[in-house]
Amino acid sequence: MAMTLYDKLWQAHVVADEGDGVALLYIDRMLIHEVSSPQAFAGLAERGLRPHRPATHLAVADHAVPTRNRANIADPRAREQIALLAANCAATGIEFLGIDDPRQGIVHVIGPEQGFTLPGTTLVCGDSHSATHGAFGALAFGIGTSEIECVLATQVLRQKRARTLRVTIDGVLSPAVSAKDTILALIGEIGASGAVGCAIEYAGSAVRAMSMEARMTLCNMTIEAGARIGLVAPDETTFTYLDGRPRSPVPLPRTAWRALASDDDARFDREVTLDATLIAPMVTWGTSPDQVAPVTGAVPSDADARPLAYMGLERGQRLEGLAVDRVFVGSCTNGRIEDLRAAAGVIGNHRVAAGVEAIVVPGSGLVKRQAEAEGLDRRFLAAGFEWREPGCSLCVAMNDDRLAPGQRCASTSNRNFEGRQGIGARTHLMSPMMATAAALAGRIVDVREWVG
Amino acid sequence: MEPFTSLRALAAPLPGANIDTDIIVPARFLTITSKQGLGRHAFAEWRLEGNFVLDEPQYEGAQILVAGANFGCGSSREHAAWALADLGIRAIVAPSFGEIFRANALRNGLLPITLGDSEWRRVLAAAKAGDCVAIDLASQQIGLHDETSIAFALSDQERVALLNGWDEIDGIRVRYGTATAEFEARQRAAAPWLWEKDLPHE
Repeated sequence: MAMTLYDKLWQAHVVADEGDGVALLYIDRMLIHEVSSPQAFAGLAERGLRPHRPATHLAVADHAVPTRNRANIADPRAREQIALLAANCAATGIEFLGIDDPRQGIVHVIGPEQGFTLPGTTLVCGDSHSATHGAFGALAFGIGTSEIECVLATQVLRQKRARTLRVTIDGVLSPAVSAKDTILALIGEIGASGAVGCAIEYAGSAVRAMSMEARMTLCNMTIEAGARIGLVAPDETTFTYLDGRPRSPVPLPRTAWRALASDDDARFDREVTLDATLIAPMVTWGTSPDQVAPVTGAVPSDADARPLAYMGLERGQRLEGLAVDRVFVGSCTNGRIEDLRAAAGVIGNHRVAAGVEAIVVPGSGLVKRQAEAEGLDRRFLAAGFEWREPGCSLCVAMNDDRLAPGQRCASTSNRNFEGRQGIGARTHLMSPMMATAAALAGRIVDVREWVG
Repeated sequence: MEPFTSLRALAAPLPGANIDTDIIVPARFLTITSKQGLGRHAFAEWRLEGNFVLDEPQYEGAQILVAGANFGCGSSREHAAWALADLGIRAIVAPSFGEIFRANALRNGLLPITLGDSEWRRVLAAAKAGDCVAIDLASQQIGLHDETSIAFALSDQERVALLNGWDEIDGIRVRYGTATAEFEARQRAAAPWLWEKDLPHE
């Protein structure tokens, strides 16, 4: 019987089949951060239990950490929450990368960086963007706090089998069009609930040509299409990335990992195709990630009233030329070294436009150090960007990085929800190149013309 | 977990699509490290704007939400389920749910009911009219004011767990401890790298 990658990952982890498509799945790896874990550790302690396999977990603080003045965290609740994670890890024997550890960073950046994320594994985290790790051919998905407690206590989770959706993206992306534009185009096409109940496998020549970092961007925003799981079959690109990482196996089990690919005659429940050559730089105009258009486009003539009122836009209004107050380059979607290289590559001899506040937040300490070794920090700083310490920052606005009401932000993050970057904040999602160009121009511009 | 058996209550209409968990509990409240008391932060921004449905006298005491498609999409924060439960909400009726939210709801005694478009519209109409709605989980029926009823489906596992208020972790430990150990022995032999390399090598 021909099997998809998802089928193979699922079947390899069934501890017990309960029928009706429901099974207990063994969980190989869990990433832990400070926001979704406190109540899980408390619940575990109330039961008088210790983690079943502490060495399968890795913890880091990322959501509430400040991006400057890290020696003294000003917000007492954030300080306590981060200290609580450290204490919970110390008490249970779970490795914790502290705020002063050079490896600290966003949970979805550090997992791959450390070789913690591996093909053929099940990986969970109390964070919806855990879909990111599917880029390695791992069955990775976001869970809630009760499920974290369950994994700590038992190493298994009760899950319902998803339907499979293959998204085939063939063709070559235009220069200055990235994985971020690709996933925004897909979400625009199928809608924010378009893949509810599905595990998406990304396939096609455009996906095969993508770097690991681009694949992570693609899988990261799978949740914004309504699916919990995004997958890319592991290949030489994957193996090259993983070879020599601190937690990677030596040697890499390449034969086992190559066998994970969907069989040629595997059947998917649904198929969607995208033509890479037709994808333009994308910009969201509304408050849901499917409210998106090519930068050359306009707010649809039939757009809902509520997102327009919130965003301060009108039907038919062009996206190009829209003035921005703030720019954020970072997040688990676009805070990796390639994202920062792409952003820095747009700067040229320009400077951040007057009146615009632009920040660059590396996804991890190692990304920051790499960027500094390459001189990217100096290019950003010379152009008038701020160069910050790693964390989720202005994506989730849990630390002191947040927008004032009504401020308009070009953001490389993943959510343009109401209030996401602060009360009344207006977020336009776009790629690192597009956000950087917006910072320099002071308004939304088509990066293809900006660099051309 | 508090069992869910049956309920007859007011239903508040909240029909917009894609109401995300950032709306249900804004991120700035997520440094709270307890499950209790989150109801006061639920829908904080919308409540500030005024005219929020759960603040209208007509819907005081509503225990059912009739929500739009993809309710609870976005962030995995279980705080959203805790906050709704803290407000006294016991059931949510929607055309579809964010999947992580749905799983979180079920683990906190909240019943997520998925209905097709025409059935959903009938329940929404009842909510808008201020009628009480009856939900019986054992028979998987929603009773409306006009004595008609609508069937809904939950998996057997989900229904039985909710009806009994079962603790999932205890259940798994009792029933599947041996199966887990057997799985681990098999994996240790088949994929030793998942066991040998748990800690970083120097």
